[in-house]
Amino acid sequence: MSRRTLRVIGWRLLQVVPVIVLATFAVFGLLQLVPGDPAAVIAGETATAERIVQIREMLGLDLPLWQQYLHWLGGAVQGDLSTSLITGLPVIDEVLRRLPNTLLIVVCALILAISIAVPLGILAATHVDGRVDRFVTSIASLGVAVPNFWVGMILVGFFALNLGWFPTTGAASLTEDPARALWHAALPAIALASSGIAEITRQLRSALIEVLSSQYVRTLQAKGLSQGRILWRHGLKNVSLTLLTVIGLVFNRTLGATVAIEAVFAIPGTGSLVVTSATNKDFPVVQGVVFVLVLIVILCNLLIDILYSVLDPRMNKQ
Amino acid sequence: MSVISEGVVRRKRRRSRFVAWLAGDKRAAVSLVFLLALASLSVLANVVAPYSPLEQSMDILAPPSAAHLLGTDDLGRDVFSRLVHGGPMSLYASFLAVSVGVLIGLPFGVLAGYLGGWIDTAVSRVIDTILSCPSIVLAIAVTGALGIGLTNSMIAVGIVFSPGLARLIRVQTMIVKGELYVDAARTFGLSTPRLVFRHILPNAIQPVIVQVTLLLATALLAEASLSFLGLGVQPPHPSWGQMLARAYAYMEIAPEQMYAPGFAILFTALAFNALGESLRSLLDPTRRRSD
Repeated sequence: MSRRTLRVIGWRLLQVVPVIVLATFAVFGLLQLVPGDPAAVIAGETATAERIVQIREMLGLDLPLWQQYLHWLGGAVQGDLSTSLITGLPVIDEVLRRLPNTLLIVVCALILAISIAVPLGILAATHVDGRVDRFVTSIASLGVAVPNFWVGMILVGFFALNLGWFPTTGAASLTEDPARALWHAALPAIALASSGIAEITRQLRSALIEVLSSQYVRTLQAKGLSQGRILWRHGLKNVSLTLLTVIGLVFNRTLGATVAIEAVFAIPGTGSLVVTSATNKDFPVVQGVVFVLVLIVILCNLLIDILYSVLDPRMNKQ
Repeated sequence: MSVISEGVVRRKRRRSRFVAWLAGDKRAAVSLVFLLALASLSVLANVVAPYSPLEQSMDILAPPSAAHLLGTDDLGRDVFSRLVHGGPMSLYASFLAVSVGVLIGLPFGVLAGYLGGWIDTAVSRVIDTILSCPSIVLAIAVTGALGIGLTNSMIAVGIVFSPGLARLIRVQTMIVKGELYVDAARTFGLSTPRLVFRHILPNAIQPVIVQVTLLLATALLAEASLSFLGLGVQPPHPSWGQMLARAYAYMEIAPEQMYAPGFAILFTALAFNALGESLRSLLDPTRRRSD
């Protein structure tokens, strides 16, 4: 790594700070969307006046907005994301306890999506408008339009209930029992991967088609370089940046899509946590989950940015 | 040529272009027919559906029969009738979410793209931040804050759509702003609002139309997910996503019930996507066929 690359990485790290600050505004602002008095809404229709006052004090809703924000931020910086209104337990503990279950199926889905989509995309791009291409494109259109939780339901019906190959619901800890954890994660990951496969295939196909029809590839062909060598040495190298961008995007979407998948497979992850807490108006938990997920995505984007500058030194000159 | 006949000729030309587009793209034609059929089915839901979607009977989880085309659900309600009545819910949800997204995203995008400078920087940073949150999770959080229900959840989805649309229109505005005819209009002394509405928006809007069509499919899937999770359409009212949730609870007894609502969602999303892709290649000058 050159000094210039290192400097770019440092600069990127600095740029992350304002984004995180903005994210805290957004997460904090969620509570401001509650119509009327948040304390009364949180307490519910049957709550007594004391309970409403108690909640207002607990959340600091009687303070001016900027003090509320600073209070929340001060906690967040020290890893304290307030406590759940329902269980009374620290939000951060609950989120961190559930996060591995979610990340496991997301990472499995991502690996699955990449390893299926990359060959498909290459196959389609090297047979443009042929039968293979049309088949792959149709599969990709289906993958974008299909509700992933429905795919999950069908998988459960077939592979878990009919054939009994996989467990229908639940999750296991990766550190305690890796084999069982992966066995549990298999069907959710396949269901989650459906839209990722489609997205990566489509983007890779169109990027590769563009590169393969460019002037310099024509020059390479005229020079007598074999198709395979052109594809591997020049084609894929040039689309690797596009691929990286798409993978970042798909990671973000997959992280969101786990919400419905976790409901189907009864996985105790962050997705099911945000759904139950949104339903029960447990806003500190909702804010906590959103904040942690945003941080993960920001870090993932940062990683991709850094990979850019390592892969393509031209980026560093800007 | 008189004014009237000129108008007729123009209309005719426009119609023939429309016919040529559909004739040249079978997928788009099929999608359009499907969506029009779905729309008319939604309007005529009360006439088409043989039963009320809320009418319960003793005949629970019945398999498909002549009396109940798609069987009955766990409360003895006719699945086919519920499917037909779920159509208008889904269409309403999709259009509401996309409208909210456009109403919020468009002004911010045009503002940032046209004014540039620190406003552009600020708006862009906010867009980037919101886009780094997984969209469904953000939609759920906003729904939780606004209150559970179909309209609120779709407003939430619309809010989540808005930064993406703003980013798109921002770039388009920046491109159009540099065009010669905009400079020309400005030298004529055109006011800024007039410049934006008469010259910039009409020329910047095309990719937005494509994106809006594609977002209708995304919104449909979001509605299905949120109703599946119990945050969208509330029982007893039917929606495709909520029907899937019920079907899932009784999957071991009546597994066939999860197919009809799933295919309804899939086909409708496919149709919106196919239409969007077709519009994209129609409107994209670099991909335009020689005609």
